[in-house]
Amino acid sequence: MSKSIFLSLVFHSVMIVLTALSLPFMIKPPIDLPPILSVDLIQITDKTSIPFAAKAAKTLEEIKKKEEERIVSEQAPPTEKKKEKPDRIPLPEDLNKEKQEIIKKKQNPKEVEEQIRQASEFEKKEIFDPNKIAALIDKSKEDAAKTLKKNKKLTQSNVKNSFSNALTLSQEDALKAQIFGCWSLPLGLPYQENLLVRIKLKLKPDGTVLRSEILDHARMNQPGQSFYKVLAESALRAIRICQPLRVPPTGYEKWKDLQLNFDANEMLKG
Amino acid sequence: MRKIFFFIFYLFIFNNSALALVEVDITRGNLDPLPIAVSPFYIEPGSKDINQDGKVIKNIGEEISKVIEVNLKRSGLFNPLKKDSFVQNPDIAHVKPRFEDWRLIKAQALMTGKVTVSDEKLRIEFRLWDVVAAKEMVALAFSTNPSNWRRVAHMISDKIYQRLTGEEGYFDTRIIYVSETGEKTQRFKRLAIMDQDGANLKYLTLGNELVLTPRFSPKNQLVTYLSYFRNMPRVYLLDIETGKQEVVGDFPGMTFAPRFSPNGEKIIMSFAKDGNSDIYTMNLKTRVVEKITDHTSIDTSPSYSPDGKYICFNSDRSGLQQIYVMRSDGSNVKRITFGKGLYGTPVWSPRGDLIAFTRVHKGKFYIGVMRTDGSGERLLTENFYQEAPSWSPNGRVLVFYRETKSNADGSGFSAKLWSIDLTGYNERLIETETDGSDPSWSSLLSK
Repeated sequence: MSKSIFLSLVFHSVMIVLTALSLPFMIKPPIDLPPILSVDLIQITDKTSIPFAAKAAKTLEEIKKKEEERIVSEQAPPTEKKKEKPDRIPLPEDLNKEKQEIIKKKQNPKEVEEQIRQASEFEKKEIFDPNKIAALIDKSKEDAAKTLKKNKKLTQSNVKNSFSNALTLSQEDALKAQIFGCWSLPLGLPYQENLLVRIKLKLKPDGTVLRSEILDHARMNQPGQSFYKVLAESALRAIRICQPLRVPPTGYEKWKDLQLNFDANEMLKG
Repeated sequence: MRKIFFFIFYLFIFNNSALALVEVDITRGNLDPLPIAVSPFYIEPGSKDINQDGKVIKNIGEEISKVIEVNLKRSGLFNPLKKDSFVQNPDIAHVKPRFEDWRLIKAQALMTGKVTVSDEKLRIEFRLWDVVAAKEMVALAFSTNPSNWRRVAHMISDKIYQRLTGEEGYFDTRIIYVSETGEKTQRFKRLAIMDQDGANLKYLTLGNELVLTPRFSPKNQLVTYLSYFRNMPRVYLLDIETGKQEVVGDFPGMTFAPRFSPNGEKIIMSFAKDGNSDIYTMNLKTRVVEKITDHTSIDTSPSYSPDGKYICFNSDRSGLQQIYVMRSDGSNVKRITFGKGLYGTPVWSPRGDLIAFTRVHKGKFYIGVMRTDGSGERLLTENFYQEAPSWSPNGRVLVFYRETKSNADGSGFSAKLWSIDLTGYNERLIETETDGSDPSWSSLLSK
């Protein structure tokens, strides 16, 4: 019995010695690394409300006052209305008046020449229709159609009305070119997502923005759509930088409500 | 009847024009970096100077803003404006800025902030403003040890980056790499770690053993690397937070590039058994090794997809080295590259949408990216010799190493770390004390 205990002790101690001798090479000494120090993060947005600097507050008030004055003067624009008349706005009433005038002057041969000229201008407007067909073929419109398809949320207001002629192609191009220059595209956007932001604007006659509204606002709060907020903000920034927008001098009633569809997909997908 | 028809037709037109809203599609924009003004941090009266590593940092406010500025500029997405043009002084940290002053210098975003340094506490407050909309975008404060100021600067950079781009930043991160010194034929290799901007360099090994392919875990601050002990490759695990390291196991002579699974529970690598190189995984808890591929060809460089469902790897089973994708159990192997030349070192993006790779064609080395099905291949950079791309945690930037051609006598050789973003235009050298190779980017430290 004592012999077996002795043998057991001997073999166990041999094993312990062997382990102690052989295992250390498996262990590497710990590396002296600088510790990663913790940083406490405190939300301060709600805790503090920074006042405006005295000067800034004054200037802001002045700007506000000026804006209010401007709005008031634009809301009572008898002179502006007068200005609109000679600009040949294609309103049905105006057209009728023009026709009446032409009929009155029919007897005068010199006036007939004018009538022919007027008629040809009228025809030009008729000829404008094929251009509108061309507008439908325009690549940008194809893209819009694609993005609208993606949205799968087609409403009546979303569908472009081919009968609407508020902006001619060149006017639309001028507006586009202006906004292209102002829109700093956020480059970190995930390009496989739907990157379309639709912004509805209420414009003043001089092209400044009275009100802007993001149409898919709810998307901002959806999980995994934080990029959408960034995209929408960049679009709003572009509008603010660009204003007053390059809108036609006439036809305010037709373009006072304007929708801008900012689509970053094409740019980022390359 | 005809009149009714025309009446309906007229109503149809009238109705449409009444609803018509003029729509204009904006499909192009400005791809220039966003102009941002980074105002120096205002130092609160009574604040002390920071004493770090024997150096006294007097103007900590300016130093912090410099780190942020460099970070934003290096990303290629921002254009920090020159401080000479600033109209307002840093003391605007207490008040709302005069936005019109910042609009004058074409800034679209503005960062202001203030610092308070007491004996053992550093408090940094910052605010990000949308200059055009004249509103606050983010306001945060950080409190930490004064010696930790650089890290806070990186964290602020991340917050700004995230708020203005919509994706997570990558500035509060580290890069581990193999530091190389000595002649080309007899390189002295040590494991080194630094902040992503090259600061806070620290050597982790002495250089008496050959170290290769350090790889960060995507989940935490663990690193796995290969080191040779008595001419046998041994895989180690190193915990960056504690400095502790342990041996995962000894493997046969031809063992390559151990890499973590997305959940950090396994490592995946390739080694040659019975003369044939295949892909294996090892469970770090149970230490059970599992064979994933079983093919007579050479299968190497495995990398998991972020969801852990797929593995990309390179294999010469088609005759030439190409990239393949399979399920994580080894089934459904599919070749995804068919281009000319050789493809290797595939690495799945943390975002899951792309695979980065090295391509060798006509004696040139390219770093490129493609979709996970092999489509949309884009070669980002071309050089004499470059390889081993590693993704930043947000999947926007790649770090890799590039070697120069040496002269006949072996002189003129160098190996440097470079970074490039997905656009391929923002290529930058990462300054390191010595030559470097095999870089690996960590996840965000603050995660």
